[in-house]
Amino acid sequence: MLKKIVYAMTAALILISVYIDFFIAPVPINPGQAAGDPNNFKIFYFHLPIAISAYLSFFIVFISSILYLRKKEQKWDIVSLAAAEVGVVFALLTLITGSIWGRSAWNAYWVSWDVRLNTSLILFLIYISYLMIRQAVEEPEKRARLSAVFGIIGFISVPISFLSVRFYSRMHPCVVGPCPSGEGGGIGGVVLYYLLANFAAYFLLTATLILLKIDNEKLKEKVNDVKRNNNL
Amino acid sequence: MKFLQIAKKDLLAEFRTKQMLNSMVIFALLVIVIFSFAFGNDATIYIPNLKKKIIDILAPGMLWIAFTFAGMLGLSRSFAGEKEEGCLDGLKLCPVDRSDIYNGKVLSNAVLMFLMEIATLPIFIVLFSYDIKNLPGLILVIILGTFGFIFVGTLLSALTVNTRTREILLPVILFPVLIPVILSAVTATATMLANGDISDISGELQILAVYDIIFFVVAQMVFEYTIED
Repeated sequence: MLKKIVYAMTAALILISVYIDFFIAPVPINPGQAAGDPNNFKIFYFHLPIAISAYLSFFIVFISSILYLRKKEQKWDIVSLAAAEVGVVFALLTLITGSIWGRSAWNAYWVSWDVRLNTSLILFLIYISYLMIRQAVEEPEKRARLSAVFGIIGFISVPISFLSVRFYSRMHPCVVGPCPSGEGGGIGGVVLYYLLANFAAYFLLTATLILLKIDNEKLKEKVNDVKRNNNL
Repeated sequence: MKFLQIAKKDLLAEFRTKQMLNSMVIFALLVIVIFSFAFGNDATIYIPNLKKKIIDILAPGMLWIAFTFAGMLGLSRSFAGEKEEGCLDGLKLCPVDRSDIYNGKVLSNAVLMFLMEIATLPIFIVLFSYDIKNLPGLILVIILGTFGFIFVGTLLSALTVNTRTREILLPVILFPVLIPVILSAVTATATMLANGDISDISGELQILAVYDIIFFVVAQMVFEYTIED
């Protein structure tokens, strides 16, 4: 019952936030500071929540990997798998939406020296590797154990990668928080509310997808059990 | 110091045939030579703004690619040999902590990789006619970078030895995790070869040191899960 509520809320919020993004919301940046056509900055409304959702999914992978190694219960492995798959999709979306914005703002799909771009790419690659490890092992217990180890190592290397790339100059726009060139002043007013609506929508979307995937995996377990009991 | 015994066993086995060491050295040299051909003759053009030739900008990257690929060969050997005759079970039966097995493997891999680097570095310097002004700095960078590579690589090679596609899986899962080491080591090597001071690369050295410490500690805790049955 709770799950149905979550799914329904997700559907509603996503529709509302898409409507807001395309029709109602104002451009969330001072037009004087924008690179390229200021309208393209409206991608900020969904690019930021998608990026944060990807990082959040990978944090869930980290925590459930540690819990699996501690307790050896299969359910934590299922949570890791679900969160990793959803996280990979969201990381890919972050890179794609960011590249589209970059083409409009900087006239280049990719710059090879910016911190955030490289950190997102590294994150994406690490979790693709996580999924590859899962594919390469057949026995469920061994697969769960090895991918839990890699889940821990992969997550730890992300902040270190972030620090190591930060020596390069920054091109990704800085909107909130302390910014080197004094651009970001924080966001307030109506823009903040629309942004929060988008955050709610995308976090719920992440939760929905993870819950659906967990149910899927549990069904798979049941099917395998039935097959084994009937010697199929 | 039980891990010293494990390292000694590995090194004795390796030095009987020296097969893997020879392969690693020759592979590293080949990579450097092939890269220098691949960049072509125009790479020796001098750029006045940067006060360097094009090949000098590319060379540190080449060096670390050679070390990484050759090191990958050594890493895959370290646990693959154990798998064959059930030697890994024998090691697990020894009255040592599981993390001592990791430490012993790290030590033997480190010795082999340093030997490979000692063999490759002079050829590299001669091939590109470098005039190293800061040799201790360069050696420090190479040591920190190699240890970073080995700490993570030994752990991940223990992880992949149990999988089906172990040969291709180890490079695929190792490279993304290794990116901070490679980035920092390449920029630091470039500075050291271009006559910098140690203080110029203090940031990179800090990152390498932090990476080494963090992954060494994490590997101590997590290694036993990789070789359990």
